[in-house]
Amino acid sequence: MKDHKFIISGFGGQGVMSLGMMLAYGGMLEGKEVTWLPSYGPEMRGGTANCNVVISQKPISSPVVTKATSVVAMNLPSLIKFEKNVIAEGNLFVNSSLINEKTSRKDIHDYYIAANDIAIEMGNDKAANMVLLGFILAETQAISLKSVEKVIEKLFQNKKALIPLNIKALNIGYEFN
Amino acid sequence: MAKVLMKGNEAFAAAAIKGGCKYFFGYPITPQNEIPEYMSRELPKIGGCFLQAESEIAAINMVYGASCAGARVMTSSSSPGIALKQEGISFLASAELPCVLINVSRAGPGIGGIQPGQADYYQSTRGGGNGDYQVLVYAPASVQEAVELTANAFEIADYYRNPVMILGDGMIGQMMEPVELKEPIIRDASPKTWALTGTGGQRTHNTIKSLALEPDDLEEINLKLKAKYDVIQEKEVQYEAYNLDGAEIILVAYGTVSRIAKAVIDDLAALNIKAGLIRPITLWPFPYKAFNDLPATTKSVMSVEMSFGQMIDDVKIAVNGRVPVDFYGRTGGNVPSPEEIVCKVKEILGGAES
Repeated sequence: MKDHKFIISGFGGQGVMSLGMMLAYGGMLEGKEVTWLPSYGPEMRGGTANCNVVISQKPISSPVVTKATSVVAMNLPSLIKFEKNVIAEGNLFVNSSLINEKTSRKDIHDYYIAANDIAIEMGNDKAANMVLLGFILAETQAISLKSVEKVIEKLFQNKKALIPLNIKALNIGYEFN
Repeated sequence: MAKVLMKGNEAFAAAAIKGGCKYFFGYPITPQNEIPEYMSRELPKIGGCFLQAESEIAAINMVYGASCAGARVMTSSSSPGIALKQEGISFLASAELPCVLINVSRAGPGIGGIQPGQADYYQSTRGGGNGDYQVLVYAPASVQEAVELTANAFEIADYYRNPVMILGDGMIGQMMEPVELKEPIIRDASPKTWALTGTGGQRTHNTIKSLALEPDDLEEINLKLKAKYDVIQEKEVQYEAYNLDGAEIILVAYGTVSRIAKAVIDDLAALNIKAGLIRPITLWPFPYKAFNDLPATTKSVMSVEMSFGQMIDDVKIAVNGRVPVDFYGRTGGNVPSPEEIVCKVKEILGGAES
């Protein structure tokens, strides 16, 4: 398996940190090496928040992602800031509910998913990150859908009512294309 | 035990409890606040005590007090907060009181910023406070190594009756990695007969102090400390030597920067440049011996740091003029990227050839 190196970015409250953490957690459940590195500081209060996730079969050298196999942009500033970090033939996932623009890059795979619209349609805007995560899993095969379902069950064990909603959003994203 | 996904700061705290820590005194500062947060929640459950002091200076003196009473005690902070604690650290070292200090360092000088930095190398290894003293300084490069070094630190502190510092940085404090909490390696420390636990009317009282007004008395204390530091320098050095065989350039980096250095080594290999890494795990005592047998192929040893060059002093002492010592660093909270370091290496090696 090739290393998966993600930059996941959006504004505070969109669930970009949890999206990244679920990828890392799921990777760990599969026995893979993982790192999750958040941005921290004043930019989290209202501005962009982002995290770097690396999933590998080998011990991970650097947790800092500069050349990403996938960039996930939940809002426009994220797209502008990180589209240059996608490697050639890498993936760019764009939340087209909030971003009208397209990338100018011609050497990458770009995907546009109206994550918020899909989440609202299924009943909860807050699950937009799960819709996007499902879609990312289907396209990258970084880890299995099953592993993320397990992660959701573990993370929400004290809020069990939220498990079906999140798993549903994840699956809608996974099957979307 | 199964691995758990843990944030570096929480892992430091969980490992400290595993290492026997029962008392924590501190004052909040980013980027290490998850340590006191964890301690405030967990220490009361094991009959310990978490106390948020009114200042860093108060916190380190509470550590002094608890250590006098023979307790396993720690404090944590970040760069400017550790600076405030230096007086107390000097007193602890002077009075030979064991304790554990965690510095999740950030960029300076002054109040600086909150992003990661490594500009506390001098502060940590050269005695940030007054007088001739040393603290053992460990620099973990992963969350797993952080938990192992932290859990073992209390045993080492008791064994040598000396403060032990864990020097991380904001990146290791904030990142998450899978970890397995392990039992500490037990050292055969003598019972704390020196501790102030009450005589019970059975013995004469103990005295712990760092004051000695007679030069001959104080020199005797200095000589005793020196003898202890000599033993530590002989026995406690830890480092990792990686990919040194046939290396044209050897990078020297500690903590999170050493991981970026490993990524650089892979990138350079793709360009047919053979590079290796010496990673000090103990910053004091510094692993000078790791540089004894540099490969004949080595044209340069390059220190890579998140500072303007502090560890490079020790690298120069270790290399002792045998090959040129170069440097690359970023400051202000910026983390050097693999691309920048590769560029610098090409510049150095290109220059050497012409």
